[in-house]
Amino acid sequence: MTLLPLILAASAAAPLPEKVDFNRDVRPILSENCFYCHGPDASHRKAKLRLDLRDSALAKEAFIPGKPEESELSKRLDAEDPEERMPPADSHKKLDERQKAVLRKWIAQGAEYRQHWAYEAPVRPAAPADSAGVDHLVEVRLKELGLAPGPEADRRTLARRLHLDLLGLPPTPEAVDEFVNDRSPDAYARLVERLLASPHYGERMAVTWLDVVRFADTIGYHSDTPRNVWPYRDWVIRSFNQNKPFDRFTLEQVAGDLLPDGGREALIGSGFNRLLLTTEEGGAQAKDYQQRMLTDRVRAVGAAWLGQTTGCAQCHDHKFDPITMRDFYSLGAFFADVHEPDIGRREEGMLVSTPEQEARLAELAAATAAARKKLDAAYPSLAAALTAWEAEFTAPETPAKKAKAKRKDPDAALAAKAQPILKKPADKRNAGEKAVVRDYYLSLHPEALKQERADLAAAQKAHDAFRAEIPKTLVTAKAAQARTVRILPRGNWMDESGEIVKAALPHYLPQPKFEGRTPNRLDLAQWLVSRENPLTARVTMNRLWMQLFGTALSKNPGDLGAQGEPPPNQPLLDWLAVEFMDGKWDLKRMVRIIVNSRAYRRVSTATPAQREADPYNRALARQTPVRLDAEFVRDNALAVSGLLVTKVGGPSVKPYQPDRYWENLNFPVRDYVHDQGEAQHRRGLYVWWQRTFLHPSLLAFDAPSREESCTERTRSNIPQQALVLLNDPTYVEAARAFGAAASAQSGGDDARLGWAWKRALQREPDAEELATLRKVLVERRAAYRADPEAAKKLLQTGLSPAPKGADPAELAAWTHAARVLLNLHETVTRD
Amino acid sequence: MSPEARTALLRRRAFLKGAGRGLGAAALASLLTRGLAAAPGTLSPTHHPARAKRVIWLTMAGGPSQLELFDHKPKLAEMHDQGMPESFTKGQQLAQLQGQKLLCQGPQFKFTRYGRAGMEMSELLPHIGSVCDDICLVRSMTTDAINHDPAHMFMNTGSQIAGRPSMGSWVTYGLGTEAEDLPGFVVLTSTGKGRSPQPIAARQWSSGFLPSRHQGVQLRSSGDPVLYLGSPAGVSREAQGADVAAVNALNRRRAGEVDDPEIATRIAQYEMAFRMQASVPDLMDVRGEDPRTLELYGCQPGDGSFASNCVLARRLAQRGVRFIQLYHRDWDHHSLLKEELPLRAKEVDRACMALITDLKRLGMFEDTLIVWTGEFGRTPMKQGNKGPVGRDHHNKAMSVWMAGAGLRRGFQTGATDELGYAAVDNVCTVHDLHATMLHLLGVDHERFTFKFQGLDAKLTGVEPSRVLKELIA
Repeated sequence: MTLLPLILAASAAAPLPEKVDFNRDVRPILSENCFYCHGPDASHRKAKLRLDLRDSALAKEAFIPGKPEESELSKRLDAEDPEERMPPADSHKKLDERQKAVLRKWIAQGAEYRQHWAYEAPVRPAAPADSAGVDHLVEVRLKELGLAPGPEADRRTLARRLHLDLLGLPPTPEAVDEFVNDRSPDAYARLVERLLASPHYGERMAVTWLDVVRFADTIGYHSDTPRNVWPYRDWVIRSFNQNKPFDRFTLEQVAGDLLPDGGREALIGSGFNRLLLTTEEGGAQAKDYQQRMLTDRVRAVGAAWLGQTTGCAQCHDHKFDPITMRDFYSLGAFFADVHEPDIGRREEGMLVSTPEQEARLAELAAATAAARKKLDAAYPSLAAALTAWEAEFTAPETPAKKAKAKRKDPDAALAAKAQPILKKPADKRNAGEKAVVRDYYLSLHPEALKQERADLAAAQKAHDAFRAEIPKTLVTAKAAQARTVRILPRGNWMDESGEIVKAALPHYLPQPKFEGRTPNRLDLAQWLVSRENPLTARVTMNRLWMQLFGTALSKNPGDLGAQGEPPPNQPLLDWLAVEFMDGKWDLKRMVRIIVNSRAYRRVSTATPAQREADPYNRALARQTPVRLDAEFVRDNALAVSGLLVTKVGGPSVKPYQPDRYWENLNFPVRDYVHDQGEAQHRRGLYVWWQRTFLHPSLLAFDAPSREESCTERTRSNIPQQALVLLNDPTYVEAARAFGAAASAQSGGDDARLGWAWKRALQREPDAEELATLRKVLVERRAAYRADPEAAKKLLQTGLSPAPKGADPAELAAWTHAARVLLNLHETVTRD
Repeated sequence: MSPEARTALLRRRAFLKGAGRGLGAAALASLLTRGLAAAPGTLSPTHHPARAKRVIWLTMAGGPSQLELFDHKPKLAEMHDQGMPESFTKGQQLAQLQGQKLLCQGPQFKFTRYGRAGMEMSELLPHIGSVCDDICLVRSMTTDAINHDPAHMFMNTGSQIAGRPSMGSWVTYGLGTEAEDLPGFVVLTSTGKGRSPQPIAARQWSSGFLPSRHQGVQLRSSGDPVLYLGSPAGVSREAQGADVAAVNALNRRRAGEVDDPEIATRIAQYEMAFRMQASVPDLMDVRGEDPRTLELYGCQPGDGSFASNCVLARRLAQRGVRFIQLYHRDWDHHSLLKEELPLRAKEVDRACMALITDLKRLGMFEDTLIVWTGEFGRTPMKQGNKGPVGRDHHNKAMSVWMAGAGLRRGFQTGATDELGYAAVDNVCTVHDLHATMLHLLGVDHERFTFKFQGLDAKLTGVEPSRVLKELIA
């Protein structure tokens, strides 16, 4: 415990920079310690002083440029009198000596301000083209710090790293061998190309994006019932695989319904606007949920594209960034035209049919219409019978207390409707009333027009059944009437005193003028991916970097504001952002540039000197080992075991899940029934995403519930992960299949164990490793031979059948050896 | 640090030494900061001496009616079936009574004075009444939310936006836990018999933006008590242990080569998981309890009842678990109040008394904080549009009680107006409740923060809140 302060103390003692940089050195100190009371939020500002703007600070004589000793600011920092001292005691903030020295030096150097780094347009620093640009900028920084870059990782590690990073799947030993033995100079680059062309690339990229847009199969609040959105997930996969330019990718999601060249594909993408949390709770209030949904959307756009913590401005102007409440609600107003019921069940969504399905559905609809026509044509034949029946008809008595039950019975309802009409003379009835009487007659006379009616019913049933099977997805449609958006004082939806606002872009960011009109969602989408916008490209590249190096360049990918981190290597982030925009938002190109760099290919082991100088590897003298994301932990085990079904896309799937895990869900009460067949062995990103009770194996490995936009997953290391890998039937079954495959290899135990080792880790075991694994096999074999019943029990875990004719004790023993491999830290880690 | 935690720490250190591959300072730091359940929290020492070592929070999910249980309103009885004066309700939030005619609904059950304190409570709570000289009753609690899901979120996390840490996570983050082989934050649920109760979401015990190891772990009354706790069929404890040993031996070897501090943590977590496979079933097995104890609580082993969960709560407390939260579902009486409320009351009344009595017997009452709340209260107005009479959700007034941990005994505070519509005297908020609970745990809620979205996020949010010092002896 004494170690952590030591680490912190080391960084606090770093020497002062020669030239103090406002954004890098000063703003973080002011933001953390001063802006809360002397920043953008006017309602909370103390002494009318704001320190986030130079002119305001000078006007209030907060400091005298060049004269730190005479400046109020530095005097206040060291004031003896607790009444005078800043920050005040009740803020629980305290500047250390280095921070105070930075501020004094900054004042001494003239107290210059600069626009917050992320709000200035990124400028391309001088650097060579392509991957060499990345390396140049990384190495400039390493030189500054006096750090030597580490060597390139071995080829096996590189192959494994690339497969896991770009596909989320491990390589086969054969693929690794092929790469290791390929001595041509472009072997690595060709491997990259092969992976970028794989259909699994889109699946891997989708996982990160689906977190950001909070994609889930259920509505989130209260009953957490299902909704139709999985075609949106497939649209994301498809978009990455087709390398849809990121600007188009953005336009389709935010405004796919407004694009002149949109079409069905863009509409599916516009499902983005429908991914928010909704409720079906009785007693929920429309305006309450209108407000929740507006704020939900603003937070999501803020996180996904802008890297801004807009949510802070729901109740007050942002404390640290220039986002005002007006900005917040004006941004929300862009979505006021999106059709979205305030409360209740969502609509079924747009049909996403194949051309064949469309044709078949049209056929079935035509058949239904024909049957109806035939029935209509037959009605006149009833006329005589109807008249005779009516002459004799007397209404049956309906006891009053059964009236309610009767209302639910369609025949009874029809009777109730028909009886008053029957009291009217036949020639005084309108066409609708005549039809009611006729239908009532038919309900009492099942034999009449029996064939015609049966034909219609059958045709309708066939049509409906076929239609029910066609995928549907929620898309953006225009609301009949756009919602009124007002600034809600303190975020209180019951307070309607706030001003009504129209859609407008955040005032502090560069933007076009919309002369004489209010911008709409398409304008918003176009602005998000315009050259003027200084944020989107940086945010996207920052996230991509995190995916490929473990930590983002500005370490909090959800916040590029004042409380985020000025990137230690801003030229690199800016170079990537400009390159991305100049390259027409071509994402695969950027992946290619990064993974072909030397920086990406370095070993992930640290020398003591590197660890000492750069414990968190921010300067990138090495790579960083990263535990696989939840979905890929699953995919890896299934792939290694040979069970993985690599089909891309389709409805969400339900793997094994503990009984009664959903017992606290209601409206309705639900039983979880796991899938049979190939659906059982699909990739993790297809697992049914139940927001309030996410699949516990995914949850254990930090998959987010996706109730809110998630720009960075935590990466925990908890006992539940061990329990999942050891005991979850998915992993037990994988071990069983993997063990069976190993036992079926040729050779003795060591050769077969070596085969398994290589499948799991794509490397050979050393003698000690092999001995440890052999011991497991030998001991279990003896134990199961003594207790074959136990072996049979183990082999029954999971749906996939055990190989016929094999010795159960042998298979069970191999299951254990395989299980040990699937549980290794190295197996679930990308080095 | 408690002796138990110190022992645990020393054991870890010895283990690391045994690993002998120079894992070094970084590995140890990783182990201490992200590894084990039995580890100190970030607040060591606490801001001030703690009165409570642990919390047992009894959540009556659905919103029990304070007007039948704790808040006696004779005037409401007089006004029964008359229009609710508009002066009370104008411009206020309503849930299922939106657009309905608002009529007063008198209390459906009698009230009695209990104990030396003469505390007025329902005839439905004779057992809680019998220990009312040990409890502290607040009749003036309010909340911001009026629908179940947001109200639970607010009660647990201090915010109506998903993604914030629940209080149990905050507390284990701050204080760590003394439990050797169990999680620091444990959740148990039970359901009233009969109707269709409101759902509750796992986010109610989520660690939000705090590290995941602080998330609440649900103990289940059937199946594996902890998810995936049981070894696969056909795998003996010995075989499981051998596999874990092999995994750890191979991981240890790897650690010697790559110096990744996460490996040391993973090794420790496999050990912990293996120990949990024995310790949790041992915890759940109440057959060793004195039959008189089970009789006191009024439960049978393994019946999954609220009373059984109270026995488990006491056993968890004895094992050093920091934060124990029980949910008992089905208090949402929009209808059938008269028929259903007595059943719910009966399911919890005796067990609550037993928990207090049992903790006193064991000398643990003084340092255990017991809290009894719903997620909101219920209206003094009648609800008749869902069948036989009930009451709607209400956020202007509810009653909660607390006990133990240096709280005043037989104490009551706060009052609502004469019709029980709104808290008027000593109005308390959920944030005040949180601040008070943290205070009793030795934590100053203003100084207990975690950086999230640039803010020093606090359980008690940004609005001022206060420690309810008047409740503290």
